[in-house]
Amino acid sequence: MTRATGSLSREAGEGRGGAPAALAAARLRADALRIAGEVADPEIPVLSIADLGVLRDARVAEDGQVEVDITPTYSGCPAMNMIAVNIETALDAAGIPARVKLVLSPAWTTDWMTQAGRDKLRDYGIAPPAPKASRRALFGMDEEVACPRCGSTETEKLSEFGSTACKALWRCTACKEPFDYFKCL
Amino acid sequence: MTTITLAETPLLHAVLARADDALVHAHRLSEWVGHAPMLEEDLALGNVALDLLGQARSLYTYAAEVEGKGRTEDDLAYLRDAPSFRNLLLLEQPNGDFAQTIVRLFLHSAVLHPFWRTAMGSSDATLAAIAAKAEKEVAYHLRHSAEWLIRLGDGTEESHRRAQEALDRLWRFTGEMFAPEDADLVARGVLPDPASLRPEWDATVARVLAEATLDRPKDGWMQQGGRRGVHTEPLGHMLAVMQHLQRAYPGATW
Repeated sequence: MTRATGSLSREAGEGRGGAPAALAAARLRADALRIAGEVADPEIPVLSIADLGVLRDARVAEDGQVEVDITPTYSGCPAMNMIAVNIETALDAAGIPARVKLVLSPAWTTDWMTQAGRDKLRDYGIAPPAPKASRRALFGMDEEVACPRCGSTETEKLSEFGSTACKALWRCTACKEPFDYFKCL
Repeated sequence: MTTITLAETPLLHAVLARADDALVHAHRLSEWVGHAPMLEEDLALGNVALDLLGQARSLYTYAAEVEGKGRTEDDLAYLRDAPSFRNLLLLEQPNGDFAQTIVRLFLHSAVLHPFWRTAMGSSDATLAAIAAKAEKEVAYHLRHSAEWLIRLGDGTEESHRRAQEALDRLWRFTGEMFAPEDADLVARGVLPDPASLRPEWDATVARVLAEATLDRPKDGWMQQGGRRGVHTEPLGHMLAVMQHLQRAYPGATW
């Protein structure tokens, strides 16, 4: 969350005569981002919404509530409502009154998934999306997907659509295991 | 009864039209869940439906905001009667056999993809944001339906015959996709000019049909009316099923 820290110090510096209040607000925002960032994705619980890049920002609103911005992965992702409720519950448990706002712009892309997130995904048995390969995948060009179990790239696509909107079905021809691939968007 | 009608400004009308396209097509595709010819295709059609439903939700939410009367996406989806729906006639046609479903998805995705790609540069920030996501999703839908159409057309005698019949049957609904949009919205760069999407659509259709060994039907009389709310009979039946719960138990939640 280096990006958050950067804008925090700027906001704190802007407080005119209200430095302690600005500082408290900055601390509240940082706490909210940390706690919200730990909320797990309901479909892939090893990933946090910070790993996924779904958590975008937070701010202390005029009414004192913390407003947390999240962005959907796929337009129809049914997990978004649950993520919003889980964020509010987690912040409420920490004594932070909060509401969640869905922001559409800029549109989420698999390139926002952190490296830590990609590693966790692979360990969980789902091949992570190839970074910076979104456009190639979208146009149906060759994708090299490594099997999350044995690491072989001797793999083949079974179907572009899988058990959730964000996954495709693949099979490893080396170890013969089928696996999910988090597809590029 | 809780039926609502909206005072449609050009922008509200245009957003509703795209929302209704997405919802009606999503509902039709979802009717395949549990019935598709194989498990992978069952998942695929369900996923395409889910993408479209997600796009519909974003668009209805924006339409409600444009209207500014405090209505929700659900009000717009569940409480309007068929004459208030603005979707293309093509998308409300019953699924028919698998070939008809694939042809419907292909013909529409081939225009929806350049539509959203162009709309990414819309002067309307919300539409541009919705477009950025929808464009990538529809790229998958277009490729998937094109691959199936090639397989069906260039497959067995039976699959070829059915794919050609589906094309012949649905072709008369394609003209409506290029009907003029509100001139002011187009001039202000809010929405693409539908006519400008035609060359790419023609090229995509020509390429895929050639590979599928299917004949492009002749452009004869084109049936229109969806954008004005003059629908074919199947839409009413579909809405009766889709809206039943909210009409019978207004405001029901769970």
